[in-house]
Amino acid sequence: MHSNGFFLQDVAGFLGGYYSCIAIMNGIAALILWRKKGQLGWAMVWTALAIAMMVLASLALSASPGMVPALPASVRSLVNRLSGPMLYTLGTFALLTVLFVFRSFFVKPMVAWGILNAMLVLMGLSMADENFAAIVMKPDNVPIVGLVFLLAFFTWLATKQAVVNDDRIARGLPTVEKENDEKVLVWPDLVYTELICMVAVMAFLLVWAIFLPAPLEEPASSVKTPNPSKAPWYFLGLQEMLVYFDPWYAGVVLPSLVVFGLMAMPYLDFNKNGNGYYSIEERKFSYLTYQFGFFVLWITLIILGTFLRGPNWNFFGPFEYWTPYKVEVLNNVDLPQMFWVNLLDQPLPKAPAGASGLVQAGYVLLREAPGLLVMGAYLLLLPPLLAVTIFRGFFAKLGFVRYMVMANLMLLMLTLPIKMILRWTLNLKYIISIPEISLNF
Amino acid sequence: MAIGETIRNSQIWKSIFRHPMPLDRRNRIVVMLTNFFLHLHPVSIKKQGIALSFTWCMGGVTFFLFLVETVTGVLLMFYYRPTLEWAYNDILALRDVTSLGILRELHRWGAHAMVITTWLHMYRVFLTGSYKPPREFNWVIGVILLLLTLLLSFTGYLLPWDQLAIWAITVGSNMARATPFLGYEGPGQQLLTVGGIDMITDASDARFGLLGARFVGEETLNRFYVLHCIAIPLAVALLLAIHFWRVRKDGGISGPL
Repeated sequence: MHSNGFFLQDVAGFLGGYYSCIAIMNGIAALILWRKKGQLGWAMVWTALAIAMMVLASLALSASPGMVPALPASVRSLVNRLSGPMLYTLGTFALLTVLFVFRSFFVKPMVAWGILNAMLVLMGLSMADENFAAIVMKPDNVPIVGLVFLLAFFTWLATKQAVVNDDRIARGLPTVEKENDEKVLVWPDLVYTELICMVAVMAFLLVWAIFLPAPLEEPASSVKTPNPSKAPWYFLGLQEMLVYFDPWYAGVVLPSLVVFGLMAMPYLDFNKNGNGYYSIEERKFSYLTYQFGFFVLWITLIILGTFLRGPNWNFFGPFEYWTPYKVEVLNNVDLPQMFWVNLLDQPLPKAPAGASGLVQAGYVLLREAPGLLVMGAYLLLLPPLLAVTIFRGFFAKLGFVRYMVMANLMLLMLTLPIKMILRWTLNLKYIISIPEISLNF
Repeated sequence: MAIGETIRNSQIWKSIFRHPMPLDRRNRIVVMLTNFFLHLHPVSIKKQGIALSFTWCMGGVTFFLFLVETVTGVLLMFYYRPTLEWAYNDILALRDVTSLGILRELHRWGAHAMVITTWLHMYRVFLTGSYKPPREFNWVIGVILLLLTLLLSFTGYLLPWDQLAIWAITVGSNMARATPFLGYEGPGQQLLTVGGIDMITDASDARFGLLGARFVGEETLNRFYVLHCIAIPLAVALLLAIHFWRVRKDGGISGPL
């Protein structure tokens, strides 16, 4: 904690406005529910919450320590102590899985509204922490906070419609989209919506531009390397992959595969259902694949890379001070080392001095045999094996070429989570390591 | 209303607008067919297809943000010179001296917002299965547009020429030197030799092509400036035109078949 003593005064005004906004939001919700029949109970709940938020707002505006609502120091240090790349990634994955499995519960408007409030209050309480605020309030990081809330909102909106449609399909009814197939004139119905959208976006952008100045740091200097050095935020998921893979794979091959895979998607998804309406049940495989790639392998890695990776790309808890002196033990081992030295208790195969190039290559292949065999089996044996077992139906529908493309894209996508797990559990560094041709995997 | 009537009946007004006011059904149809800016739209449309809960309006917002970026970008080009001598100072002046310095904020936040709305648009198109036949190819164009949006943002990130800018670009472009075969630290580049001379060095590899130099310097600034202001926007504009045209030709706004 490196407090300058003025931190609370700096955030007090913001937090006061922030809690007031939550109060107003809940007040409006209560008003709407009060005017509907049979929702009086919920109207009372949100009114009570609005009043509580007004209390929090006035406490926050006091700007004095002990008064500004914040998470207890013990909770914050517990969160810091517990968090790490493994818990963060697996925890997010588990959370998303729970949200998905019990989606018909979580999409209920009152439940979703409660979750939104919980997220906002947690955010507000965290903002009273100096270390948390320092990272989140960085001008270029603000969009990511927005992205998180926008994604939560739109995922809720889509899932709600999908749940309704899936239920209707199960009962043999047409989807909501199919039912309302009335046509309207583009003028005025669409052009006015577009106009209102444009005005709203412009107004939003102006407010953002007025209140948040664009960042401008010291003039560029090629001799003063900042620590940490980070790519723009939308590439931080890729930068985070560098923890697990070398740049040729994390920075070149995987991104190219992402682009290629996205382009190939419409040609690999042979399922004719779910075209033009929200549905999950009718296209579970493609839905889960996309959500896994988008949320687990892209968005959560961006958040990890932005908010939780500090100097020397070390992991820091959300309320931890980014000290450049944090030391992390690096005891990662390559697979050949594990196999030859640790398992068979003999030195790594090495060509005798003065051997010809061919002999040397042979020894390299021998040394890397375990990794090459594992990867060969993974990429060459698994696709046909899957084709006759769990992907039998896919293989029949897709044909040989399209099936192989699909299976290989899936397997290559899974290399990332598999490597993560191997790193966390076995401290595995490289499966194949041939520095002779700069090939480490 | 008399003045309004006179104006609308004048020769000048009629020469500009090829249609009467869209007040009745007939003229609301005519206006869509005869106005250049509106003719991208169909005349009538499925009501649920334009429901905000269905489309989220994210594609439209992305296009609008592209227009905002174009206008603010052109205005910023009047102030900004992409040279080591001036780049940082011009941005500093935009912040402290120039009266319309907020243009830079609009441009930067608009760019961040555009990346996000592109993702959200793509997310919606996926969730409604709108990439399925007959819209497969338009999805492919969309993926290219996504890539170009990220590249637009990436090339623009360098232009303020502060510490944030050059180190973000350094970190990002360092990836290129690990390109298999074509980067001087990439796997397999040792194999590309002619008569024992390395073909791939730090002055001939993929990163050199991107930066125009061995490190992020004035050549890079110039290169990224041209890419950011001319090359990529032109490519985006062309692909956007095809993207919109294909929306119409591939069955209009998405909906159940």
